Amino acid sequence: MPQGDYIELHHKRHGRRLDYEERKRKREAREVHRRSRDARKLLGAKGKRFAKKRYAEKAQMKRTLKMHDESTSRQKVDDDVQEGALPPYLLDRDQTQRAKTLSNTIKQKRKEKAGKWDVPLPKVRPVAEEEMFKVLRTGKRKTKQWKRMVTKATFVGAGFTRKPPKYERFIRPTGLRFTKAHVTHPELKCTFNLDIISVKKNPNGPMYTSLGVMTRGTIIEVNVSELGLVTPAGKVVWGKYAQVTNNPENDGCINAVLLV
Amino acid sequence: MERQAPPASAADANTSVMCQLVSPEGDHLGAALYLPNNVGPPQLQEIVNHLLHNEDKLPYTFYVGDEELSVQLGTYMQQKNANVEVTLRIVYQPQAIFRIRPVNRCSATIAGMFTWYTLYVHSFIPTKHLIRLYAQFLSAGHTDAVIAVSFSPDGKCLASGSGDTTVRFWDLSTQTPLFTCKGHKNWVLCIAWSPDGKHLVSGSKSGELIVWDPKTGKQLGSPLTMFLFPKLSNHLMCLGHRKWITAVSWEPVHLQSPCRRFVSAGKDGDARIWDITTRKCVISLTGHTNSVTCVKWGGDGLIYTGSEDCSIKVWETSEGKLVKTLKGHGHWVNSLALSTEYVLRTGAYDHTGKTYSTAEEMKEAALARYKKMRGNAPERLVSGSDDFTMFLWEPTMSKQPKARMTGHQKLVNHVYFSPDGQWLASASFDKSVKLWNGKFVAAFRGHVADVYQISWSADSRLLLSGSKDSTLKVWDIRTHKLKQDLPGHEDEVYAVDWSPDGEKVASGGKDRVLKLWMN
Repeated sequence: MPQGDYIELHHKRHGRRLDYEERKRKREAREVHRRSRDARKLLGAKGKRFAKKRYAEKAQMKRTLKMHDESTSRQKVDDDVQEGALPPYLLDRDQTQRAKTLSNTIKQKRKEKAGKWDVPLPKVRPVAEEEMFKVLRTGKRKTKQWKRMVTKATFVGAGFTRKPPKYERFIRPTGLRFTKAHVTHPELKCTFNLDIISVKKNPNGPMYTSLGVMTRGTIIEVNVSELGLVTPAGKVVWGKYAQVTNNPENDGCINAVLLV
Repeated sequence: MERQAPPASAADANTSVMCQLVSPEGDHLGAALYLPNNVGPPQLQEIVNHLLHNEDKLPYTFYVGDEELSVQLGTYMQQKNANVEVTLRIVYQPQAIFRIRPVNRCSATIAGMFTWYTLYVHSFIPTKHLIRLYAQFLSAGHTDAVIAVSFSPDGKCLASGSGDTTVRFWDLSTQTPLFTCKGHKNWVLCIAWSPDGKHLVSGSKSGELIVWDPKTGKQLGSPLTMFLFPKLSNHLMCLGHRKWITAVSWEPVHLQSPCRRFVSAGKDGDARIWDITTRKCVISLTGHTNSVTCVKWGGDGLIYTGSEDCSIKVWETSEGKLVKTLKGHGHWVNSLALSTEYVLRTGAYDHTGKTYSTAEEMKEAALARYKKMRGNAPERLVSGSDDFTMFLWEPTMSKQPKARMTGHQKLVNHVYFSPDGQWLASASFDKSVKLWNGKFVAAFRGHVADVYQISWSADSRLLLSGSKDSTLKVWDIRTHKLKQDLPGHEDEVYAVDWSPDGEKVASGGKDRVLKLWMN
């Protein structure tokens, strides 16, 4: 807890030591010597830490110097022709706003044609059934073993109604249910928190797809309406596929990359 | 014409309506008439033509209050439950005698590198042929976004400016490229045809202006930049624009023919008047404190500039004196439009396709057209702004705005008067195009992203809009509905233009292709 500014208050009331300025000057003058000694003498982890810090400081200093140089020297503005020409009415507009919108360029379409399932993660580790499901014993004597609990992250649609618990074969724990995913657009290098619409394909099998299990490599459909993508015919695209890139059950969140 | 005798019986009174025909300026046409209930717009049209002693029949539309009369009078009275004892004021508006068919298909797509690529991928042409084809394609289409497209005033030629630093002229009869004009150092941001069609001026991002001859595709002299005289550049620094050019506008042909002067607006806050014969900046219009976004040379010999410092300034053109400053906007002024803009742009050329041999003839014809268009009303100016509103001004009359038009939910990017000066359309980033006549008339919704540019057909019956959602849409002004959806571009559409002869529409966008649309 902060204890208030009693030191400053004391300085204000009583002033500083009479030799304060002198001592400060000397301490600062000695500082460089102390640092150079440290740089020579520090060993091991401490030395590593010191070197890392010093490196960062120097890099920062170089950047600052360069910035000052730029502000003083006259530079040629927009001399070379850049890519991505804009009409004059968009030149003064916010560029960040434009970064979020996207273009359905030809390149992208070509990619789509090359293969619908040409995905960022072509191969994933197969997940065994024992890993995917936990067997729950039921019955008065706990002898029945037909109930399974999914141990991975799942997506459960909004319209899902449970069966009577007695007959429910698969349990999808509420703690591992997700409705949103962090989806990265590979060309824009932006990440958006988007709603999941459905699970399109789980590489481990159609049963997992129908259960809505999301493991690494699963293709999900996300709601991209807020990205403002349009089809060539000028309609808003609202559902797009994305591939899960992390292990949601370990991380507690879903990261995915948009398939464009 | 004498007032007709009132109908004899009460039964007749139910079947006829007392009407007064009024011109758009508010003058009564003859006395009030008793018209039978079954009279509709076609009959009214005949009456007006007869009363005005028109030799060839002109089309008219009729308005009661602010609404168009499209049904028979009796039906109208029933629908509106209007009082039959009051004279019905019917305003007649003359329409263009020609009719322009809406464009509905893409007739040509002129692309650059990408077409070549698809050719390469999808065909088995030997390599040496490919190289030749490659060179052809490279010279054919733009290799960066198409930023500006513009038809010549007579509608026979098309020019486009692009991010690949070239200006290209196109042959409309064969739909092939005519000239590729290199000369700019950076993106070509704006192009403008002189109203006599003899020159084209283009402004670039590095601040230079180049005048081209559309007949040869050659540059006329050196570019008009700030380094006109390199040796004296120290004290001639102020000669040209220091930043990019945002807009260019020519002096109307009825003020001077052949065209010599044009005005350019720059990001550096200045507007400059240039003379292409002496190749110098004649007058520099300084006064704006921020980037000038739009400039228009009015038919009365005034220059209007809109700026990011929220004001509109009116300049006199012989000495460059500031005449008026129009204030009212709360944010950047993005776009200006004049009620006579279409006539100023097309000059002496009209829908009949007449050509003129001498400059004097052209000047007279243009003056006649301008006077006819303007009538006796002052020139109106409308400004669209970042504060989501538009103002209607009459700059020659007063400094106060005549009307404030609100309704857009995002900034207004482009405003444009219809060629007959009756309507006003505005394109906004709120995905809508709105139609006004001083007051709100209709909203055209259908685009799914920002609307960038709009363009009118020459008969004022159709409106074209180009949008970020990669489509163009044609709207019908009479029914207030979408007439045609024109998908085809693969990316944002930056520029649209409807040719003055009404046959073609050109559009260019971020996908680097120039498309020509026809009906």
